[in-house]
Amino acid sequence: MGMGEASRDRIAERAARELKDGMVVNLGIGIPTRVADFIPSGVRVVFHAENGILGAGPSPVPGEEDPFLCNAGGFPVTLAEGASYCDSAIAFAMIRRGCIDMTVLGALEVSQRGDLANWIVPGKRAAGIGGAMELAQKAKKVVAVMNHVNRDGEPKIRKRCALPLTARECVDLIITDMAVIAVTPEGLELREIMSPYTLEEVVSRTDAELRIPEPERIVYLP
Amino acid sequence: MNKVRTLEEVLEWIEDGCALMYGGFGGIGTPPALVDGILKKGVKDLTLIGNDTGFPWIGIGRLVTEGRARKAITSHIGSNPNAGRQMEEGTLAVEFHPQGTLAEKIRAGGVGLGGILVDVGVGTMLEEGKGKVEIDGRTYLIEPALTADVAIVHASQADPFGNLVYDKSGRNFNPLVAMAGRLTIAEADEIVPLGSLDPERIVTPGIFVDAVIPGKGVNWIWAWEKQAATGSRNAPHGN
Repeated sequence: MGMGEASRDRIAERAARELKDGMVVNLGIGIPTRVADFIPSGVRVVFHAENGILGAGPSPVPGEEDPFLCNAGGFPVTLAEGASYCDSAIAFAMIRRGCIDMTVLGALEVSQRGDLANWIVPGKRAAGIGGAMELAQKAKKVVAVMNHVNRDGEPKIRKRCALPLTARECVDLIITDMAVIAVTPEGLELREIMSPYTLEEVVSRTDAELRIPEPERIVYLP
Repeated sequence: MNKVRTLEEVLEWIEDGCALMYGGFGGIGTPPALVDGILKKGVKDLTLIGNDTGFPWIGIGRLVTEGRARKAITSHIGSNPNAGRQMEEGTLAVEFHPQGTLAEKIRAGGVGLGGILVDVGVGTMLEEGKGKVEIDGRTYLIEPALTADVAIVHASQADPFGNLVYDKSGRNFNPLVAMAGRLTIAEADEIVPLGSLDPERIVTPGIFVDAVIPGKGVNWIWAWEKQAATGSRNAPHGN
């Protein structure tokens, strides 16, 4: 997405702070994968992988990879205590019936109602849907992570998504390189601003109304 | 009953133009000897049905790379640029489904159902052209079941009746695919005598399996091995 490593890590670190002890979590590919590197101390979560692992652990040390123990991105993982395997239908049963507490997904656009577009740009080569629709529509909490604007400098947070949707009204929290924005029944609420950006910059690069109920309570992240 | 066959024997079942369903997720759990045999036999015009199109040199992706498929019914082709290029050129028709919906369509085919009702994708372009039904005030899409002429799966162990045990995350779509083929071929890393598999551990009962062939392990380099060898930046960590 043309975003620097430091910026990607900062978004991942901020997303990791949404993890609460005991949650069952599914991380998408890209920035979301990095969230696992920033789990706050004292927080234990269960990682769900849609290829059929409930309880995936960290990457193995080099030389100890098992080709038959990989995450949904095809990279080796280990198992946490209490882990189990299942087939892909069961892995998606867990998602579809609402057993996943939180997912972190990359996004192309998010609307002010929390609509998510993240799988196809008409006219461009599509990679496919993967598990994005189930996760977006069914996880209890959906955190969308992305650059605040696209390569052309256009806002990715919009009144309405221009791109085809992955799921309607599903996103709960948007974390970008510029800000943290909650999707509430009253609309988008600006909660935090990332350094070095200013309130004016965040507002001007967002194509939707941002509510700021208590300006003095906005957190400025270093 | 002994269903153990040679690769040559089962390849006779796989013909030009057939619908071929395969297990595997990013190539993990896709049967390598069968893919190799299909390539060498020169089978073409396949309709491939499975989770993804692998990597260009891994799993079912090898058949795609060689231009052996004319259609893919799948959820993701992102790890195989050859699939994307062929889709753009119009030589490969691609039908995308959400991953969980695809799994259940295959499962439905395998368990004798006509299809499933699912609300994933309602309110998106995926509902275009699909039947809908309302139950208790909720709208569901009607998704017909999927079956195939031949299904190929990978198991870590099989016995001569076709009872199958899978290998960790290599299980993925395999138990679903194993049920949904009119003919199902299992490639097993180890074929053990009848009675030696613990009945509590068998995932796919042999009744769904028509042939078992011996495997010789994977004959490709995994994506993460390649990345390590080329010194690319850190591999994704954790899940």
